[in-house]
Amino acid sequence: MILAAAASTALATPTADAAHRALTATAAGATHGFLSPTGVEIAFLLVGLVSFGAALVTVTTRQLVHAALWLVVTLGGLAVEYLLLTAEFIAWVQVLIYVGSVVVLLLFGLMLTKAPIGRSPDADSGNRWAALTVAVAAAAALVWVVVDAFRTTWIDLGGAAAGSTKVTGESLFQNWVLPFEALSVLLLAALVGAIVLSRKAKAETSPPPVNSRAGTGGSPSVPDSRNHPIEGKSPAEQEGAR
Amino acid sequence: MNGVLDVALRLLVVFVVFLTFPLIVGQTEHKVMAHMQGRLGPMYAGGFHGWAQLIADGVKFAQKEDVVPAGADRRIFQLAPAVALLPYLLVLLAIPIGPGEGAVGQVLDAGVFFALAVMGVGVLGSLMAGWASANKFSLLGGLRTAAQLLAYELPMLLAAASVAMAAGTVSLPGIVDAFHWWWLPWQIIGAIVFFVAGLAELQRPPFDMPVADSEIIFGAYTEYTGLRFALFLLAEYAGIIVLCGLTTVLFLGGWHGPWGAEGLGWVWTLLKTAILAFVVIWLRVTYPRLREDQLQKLSWTLLVPLSLAQIALTGVVKVVIQ
Repeated sequence: MILAAAASTALATPTADAAHRALTATAAGATHGFLSPTGVEIAFLLVGLVSFGAALVTVTTRQLVHAALWLVVTLGGLAVEYLLLTAEFIAWVQVLIYVGSVVVLLLFGLMLTKAPIGRSPDADSGNRWAALTVAVAAAAALVWVVVDAFRTTWIDLGGAAAGSTKVTGESLFQNWVLPFEALSVLLLAALVGAIVLSRKAKAETSPPPVNSRAGTGGSPSVPDSRNHPIEGKSPAEQEGAR
Repeated sequence: MNGVLDVALRLLVVFVVFLTFPLIVGQTEHKVMAHMQGRLGPMYAGGFHGWAQLIADGVKFAQKEDVVPAGADRRIFQLAPAVALLPYLLVLLAIPIGPGEGAVGQVLDAGVFFALAVMGVGVLGSLMAGWASANKFSLLGGLRTAAQLLAYELPMLLAAASVAMAAGTVSLPGIVDAFHWWWLPWQIIGAIVFFVAGLAELQRPPFDMPVADSEIIFGAYTEYTGLRFALFLLAEYAGIIVLCGLTTVLFLGGWHGPWGAEGLGWVWTLLKTAILAFVVIWLRVTYPRLREDQLQKLSWTLLVPLSLAQIALTGVVKVVIQ
C-alpha cells in the first residue's frame, strides 16, 4: 500500500513541481519577471503546495482510508493546476478518471479487504526506504526531463486558451497519434491479462462454489459483490434479496 | 463592476434553482406516488394539497439532534454530506436552459466531461459515509455504491461520447445548437443507456440496492440524523434534476421545440426536464428493486454493448452524411 501510494505520488507530484520550476525557470526571460508574479502564478504555486502536502500525507498517514482520501485532494489539486494552465479538457479528464474512478476503485478494494477506522499498526511496509529511493529517483528523473524539455517555454495565459478541447484534440490526433495508439494497445494488453489471470484463479478455486451459486443466476464473470467476505458467505441471502 | 454583478447574479440564480427545484421534485414525488397507489399523499401542511410538506420536513430535520456514532471517524463522517451534495450544485452551473450566453451559469469548453466528472465525485460522499459510520450495514451500502458506480459510469460516458461525436463538440450549448430532430431516433439507444445508467448512479429505484431498506436499513446513510441526513436526501433530488437536465440537453434537444420561439426556448428545456423527472418517479413506483448481481449483469452485458453499438452507429452515420 505504502509502496503503491509512494509510486502514485511520485507520478503525481513531480509534474506539479516540475511545472513550477519550468515556470520559474522561464520567469527570468525578458518579459516575465520573478518579482511581479501574476495572480494566476500565485494561485498555481499555492495549489501546487497544497497538492504536494496532500501527497506527503497520503504516503505518511497510518490510516488507510485517509490515505485514499488525501489522494483525492492531491489529484484534485493537479486538476486545478491544469485548469490554471487553461487545459480545461485535461483537467476534467483528470477528475473523471483519477478522482471519479481510480480512487473509487481504491476505496472499493480497501472496503472489501481491510479498512479499519483508526490507525493500522501494520500499515508500514518494511520497504519504506526502498520505496522512498524509488520515489525520489522517479521524481528526479521526471523533473529533469520536464525542466530540460520546457526550459524557456512560456504559456501565454492571457490569450486564447492554449489547452482547449479543440487544440488538445488536434495535437493528439495529428502529432501524437502513434503514442496514443501504442498506449491503447498497452491498455488492451493489460485488460486481456487481467481477464486471463482472473479466469485462471477461478478455474483453480471455483468448483465447490460454482455448484452452490448456480442458483443465483448471475454470470460467473462478474467479480464484484460476490467475493467480498460478508456478503459472499451466504448466497442464500442474495437469493432471498427480493 | 458590471462583470462581478453579472457573475454574482448567475451564481444566485443557480443557487436558488438548486434549493427549490429538488423540493418541487420531492413534493411531486409525494403526490405522484400517492395517486399511483390510490392515496392522497400529504394534504395538511400549507393548506392547499399539502404543498408545504417538504418545508415542514426541512424544519423537522433542522430541529433533530445531529448524532455522530461513538466509533465513527468523526471528521469524515461529518464531511461526507457536503461531498455528496456540492458536486450537483457545480454541475447545475454548466447546464444551459436556453440559447445564448444568458441562459447558462457558466459556459464551459468541455461541459460534457465536466458534468460527468463532477457527478462521479459525488459518489465519494456516499463511500465516505459508508466507511466512516462504523456500521456494517453502512459499509455494505458503501461497497454496493462503489460497485454500482464502477459498473455504470462506463456506459454513461460512452453514451455521452456518442452524442458528442454526433455534434462534433463537447460543449453543452454547442451540442444543443447542433441538434436536429432526426437525432432523436439516431441517438435513442444512447439516450436510454444514459438515462438508465444515470438512474443507477443516483441509486434511484429500481437501482437502489445500496440503500435497500429491507436488507441493509438505509445503506451508507443509516447512521445519519438531522440536517446531515436531509443533505443526503437533497443530494438525491438535486441529482434527479441534474440527470434529467443533462439528458434533455444531450439527447432531447434542450430548447428546440415544435414552435421553437427564440424567447421561449427555456420553457421547452424545463418542460422536458420535468417530464423526465416524472418518469424517474414513475419508474420508482412501477419496478421492484434489482438484485445486486442483476444490477451488475444489466450494466456489463447489456448497457456497455448497447452503448458501444450506439457509438459505432453514430460513427457510421456521421461519416456517411459528411
